[in-house]
Amino acid sequence: MHLPLSDMYNQPDERNRLDHMRQGVIGKPLDRPEGPLKVSGTATYAAEWRIAGCVDGVLVLASIAQGQVSAIHRDDVLAREGVLAVIADPAMTRRSAQGMAAKAPQQDAARVEYFGQPVALVVAQTFEQARDAALALRIDYTDASDPAPFDPHGSGVKVEAPSDSKPVEGGDLDQAMETAAFSIDVEYETPGHASAAMEPHATIAQWQGDNLVLHGSYQMLAYNVKEIADCLGIAADKVRIIAPYVGGGFGSKLGITHEAVSAAIAARELGRPVRVVMTRQQVFQTVMRRSETRQRVRLAADPAGRLIGLGHEALVSNLPGEKFAEPVTQATEFLYGGENRLLKVEVARISRLTAGSVRAPGEAVGMQVLEAAMDELAEKIGIDPIDLRKRNLPATVPVEGTPYSSRMLTQALEEGVKAFGWSARQTRPCQTREGEWWIGMGMASAARVNMMVPAQARVTLRADGSALVETDQTDIGTGTYAILGQIAGEMLGLPIAQVTVTLGDTAFPAGAGSGGSFGAISTGSAVMRACEAIRETLAKRLGCDETDLALKDGSASGPGGESRGLPDLLDGHDLVETGSIKPGKTAKEFSQASYGAFFAEVAVHAFTGEVRVRRMTGAFGFGRVLNAKTARSQCLGGMVWGIGSALTEELAFDTRDGHLVNHDLAEYHVPVHADVPAIEVILLEERDAAASPLQAKGVGELGICGAAGAIANAVYNACGVRVRSFPLTLDKIIPALPDPFASAV
Amino acid sequence: MKAFTLDHAPNADTALAAMGQGATAIAGGTNLVDLMKLQVATPERLVSIRRTGLDTIGYDGDGLRIGALVTNADCAADMRVRQDWPLLSQAILAGASPQLRNRATTGGNLCQRTRCGYFTDTTQACNKREPGTGCAAREGFNRIHAVLGTSEACIATYPGDMAVALLALDAVVLTQGPFGLRQIPLAMFHREPGEDPSRDNVLQPGELITAVKLPAPTGGRQVYRKVRDRASYAFALVSVAVDLTMEQGRIARCALAFGSLGTVPWRDPAVEAVLVGEVPSPALFAQAAEILLRDARGFGANDFKIPLAARALAATLAQATKG
Amino acid sequence: MATNLATAQLTAPDSTANVNGTQHALPTDPRRTLLDWLRDDLGLTGTKKGCDHGQCGACTVLVDGRRINACLSLAALHGGDTIETIEGIGTPDVLAPLQRAFVTHDGFQCGYCTPGQICSAKALMEELAQGWPSAVSADVAAHPTPTPDELRERMSGNLCRCGAYANIIAALEDVIAAEDVA
Repeated sequence: MHLPLSDMYNQPDERNRLDHMRQGVIGKPLDRPEGPLKVSGTATYAAEWRIAGCVDGVLVLASIAQGQVSAIHRDDVLAREGVLAVIADPAMTRRSAQGMAAKAPQQDAARVEYFGQPVALVVAQTFEQARDAALALRIDYTDASDPAPFDPHGSGVKVEAPSDSKPVEGGDLDQAMETAAFSIDVEYETPGHASAAMEPHATIAQWQGDNLVLHGSYQMLAYNVKEIADCLGIAADKVRIIAPYVGGGFGSKLGITHEAVSAAIAARELGRPVRVVMTRQQVFQTVMRRSETRQRVRLAADPAGRLIGLGHEALVSNLPGEKFAEPVTQATEFLYGGENRLLKVEVARISRLTAGSVRAPGEAVGMQVLEAAMDELAEKIGIDPIDLRKRNLPATVPVEGTPYSSRMLTQALEEGVKAFGWSARQTRPCQTREGEWWIGMGMASAARVNMMVPAQARVTLRADGSALVETDQTDIGTGTYAILGQIAGEMLGLPIAQVTVTLGDTAFPAGAGSGGSFGAISTGSAVMRACEAIRETLAKRLGCDETDLALKDGSASGPGGESRGLPDLLDGHDLVETGSIKPGKTAKEFSQASYGAFFAEVAVHAFTGEVRVRRMTGAFGFGRVLNAKTARSQCLGGMVWGIGSALTEELAFDTRDGHLVNHDLAEYHVPVHADVPAIEVILLEERDAAASPLQAKGVGELGICGAAGAIANAVYNACGVRVRSFPLTLDKIIPALPDPFASAV
Repeated sequence: MKAFTLDHAPNADTALAAMGQGATAIAGGTNLVDLMKLQVATPERLVSIRRTGLDTIGYDGDGLRIGALVTNADCAADMRVRQDWPLLSQAILAGASPQLRNRATTGGNLCQRTRCGYFTDTTQACNKREPGTGCAAREGFNRIHAVLGTSEACIATYPGDMAVALLALDAVVLTQGPFGLRQIPLAMFHREPGEDPSRDNVLQPGELITAVKLPAPTGGRQVYRKVRDRASYAFALVSVAVDLTMEQGRIARCALAFGSLGTVPWRDPAVEAVLVGEVPSPALFAQAAEILLRDARGFGANDFKIPLAARALAATLAQATKG
Repeated sequence: MATNLATAQLTAPDSTANVNGTQHALPTDPRRTLLDWLRDDLGLTGTKKGCDHGQCGACTVLVDGRRINACLSLAALHGGDTIETIEGIGTPDVLAPLQRAFVTHDGFQCGYCTPGQICSAKALMEELAQGWPSAVSADVAAHPTPTPDELRERMSGNLCRCGAYANIIAALEDVIAAEDVA
């Protein structure tokens, strides 16, 4: 049989090859192979490589919001002990590259566009010397001629349509709102978020002749190579990035940013390796924020609770000229019906650090608002929120008519209802009081688009019968080491201990990178295809068709019972294949998304309005589960982000100068252990041939997409306070709480 | 962090000598090192007081004497404290993290500086950090700031928990300095900002906290309630410390202190006076809150602290007077 | 160690510390934190720098058995101390029970907060054995029981942005049950 090894994924691969394999490792909840290194502190992260002669650089941030650097008083600082250089090069970045930019972001750091923008780098023999000197560096500025405002909701703000997306319009929404039996028209707000990956951005730059080697902390190395090469004006093939372990990304490490570019420049100037690690405050202030949003949701339903109209309009913000606009309505386009619709995003141009991708851009904030609004509509209609969702699942995507590749939403709702015990929910608020606490339940749908991006991976079946997988794909905590090994092990019939996965080095073929939940299915598909090619060769040697070849535990057998060990078939030679995949027609011909449902039980303090999540259940369908342990962890992590988005996380900007006030982990509140209860995750097995040859879809972001909505809905159910501004901090709850004494049980 | 010299004092006298020459004492360093990295604090000389022996807890008559270098963790875990002054254990345990409490000390914690984001950011105007530059917080993002005891110059809170409990427990701060020994009631220890917010407390240059003294236990019901933005490892938005005794259904005795509400740990005798002798009721709690907050003033983002304080007080009093 | 004080009484304390069983000279720049000393001078990079301000717990190490944030402690203040880092707790080939449990329960994702979580968990078990109360103990004078809420509160000084919290608690419960702590 001819293998469909064309790069482009143009038609669903219905062969479902993985389910015909024999090894039985795919999908299993195997431990991460790199686990022992991580738990013993021996996995090496970017700043930790021991490189002889390496010196430390510390970034200097602008103390103004907008203007031009007019003088840098280098001499004072250069005279200090240990200080080697003050770098202020036109090639230094003033913004971070967006994900998949593959070219330099805005450069010329001397033009200050937002408060805290990096403007220089101080390099010294020791970190302590550099840190002190960086704070001592005096810089003069001139004012900006045409400053942008700081408050996206203030007066005089320029609002634009995004350059790369158009509104979705269908029918007549106004008319539908007028004739609807039930309708709501509400405005919600979500604040800015920070990725706040635990490992701060760090790079060690080292020149070897004309070649640049970076030990960095990045998510998408193949793109990052091009970005930094473009920044430096060198060819991309002169750059190698090494990042086998990345201490979290969540979007913040998609694109090349300040520390890498300035380290490379400094290393070139000094002729020695330079390490630049951003301080936590610098990461907050300079890398990337998720935009705040203001969202208007209009829902119009007929008497049976079916949507006839749906409006979702969002105002987000970014720096002038920056392309990225938080795609708030991304899932709204396909999730529910309502033929009369208007979905639209607009961007306010302001002076704050670059807005870009933070875990699940679009859905993370769009879904929680849509799902909170759906809760409001269900209440108005007087039906169970589950029923409202079920009644509004369209046969094809509204307006455009695209079919769904697969959709596990109904199953997720039903499984979640059972596991969570949804039937115990009181329909009306303020019905359950336990001591000082109101108790309530809420739910929300989960949805996140599925994406494939170009990816390559090389698989070597070594002469000894073991396998090696090589790609520059990163594992940012997502489980890539585990799943790529399982895909190769399954396809080649090898116990998992016989498969080695080597990642995060651009000397290897270019994987997809980690972003948009596409790493696993894209790079995983490339691994699968490389394995298919190897199988083809093995089948030939065994004298059978590839489809008849059975590989298990290092042995190959054919349909006639003939069987040979792999080393025997390989005859002393390695088999090396590079697999490749690119998105093709399936991406356009099908609406592809991962789905799920969230259920939350919360307690709201009757006096103080503090909210605690008591338990959560999430049920998710995202195609084939590649590793039940790491997939579950992805879902768990997403739901923890949902808790943060619902209750605690908010970037606080000073609207007088756009500076980020809470730029550390003490005041930007990511959830801690005590905020996170027992969480139940249900993985729904599914096969989606349109999504990838693996029949898998993305899961890395699904767990956040709507989770905060379930929590907000539970807060309403508990205490009757509907807060339309995330996060639901107590200051927004106490004004509307019932008298805690009158209602005491 | 600016360059500095570091010396190690083997006893309090040596430490005092170094401090007399301008050295800043360092104990756990959890706050000082944090601020030195930001160059909010820029001492040229440090003297370590870690090995000065001021790290024991012992009875002092009916009261307890807690050495200035007793760590927060040891203090909270001390069985004498847990049994007779549980308010102190509760307050300490509500603060920071186990790691920080293992390093932070009793004396250092009393000197903890504010968490105001304009104070800790050297690009911003702050009279506390740099007198005369102004207060950027008044018109800025002031969600965590004070509503009591503020001045034109400063609206920053004292952010800690331990001192709030100590205030309710009538603790006394023992010091040694160039002018000898002092006993400073906790209520007199912290300074409202007035026109000079740069000094958080009444310690004189060269004066060292040696211990904190707790008076005899009251036998009262002790509750520390901390209200915050996440369930743990966050500073208080408002906290309430109460030590209260009920007799025949009435409040016989009551000490109340509040954290993160004022510029200093806050205690108002008028609030206690209105409660003593009365039968607890929601109306009484509301009356107490009204007195507590009669001069409270919000600055926008922190307006909510006024109703929140009333609610937290009501919840705490309801809890402490129940049954 | 720089000293310019006239009084001769100021002592030069022990200028070495024991790290994972080996004696090491402390750094000469008093600005160097315990964290930077461990990572950059001793190459013990298992201890992580997440915030450098005591706000995340990634740098948690054990000093004389107690967990502290290495980032907020000047190395020069550790003369004579015994310090244990993640590298001293176990190696990839010989994992300690806590480390093994973290792998089994997937108590980490990116792995960056993990050494701090494990050091913290180790100290937590000792604190439970000593009967230390926590902020969620109903009675601070009572000996604590390791309920999930107690464990969560006691681990709250260690942030995990990947959100592996539930798995970390599961790992900890396993080890506590096996070792019969508290």
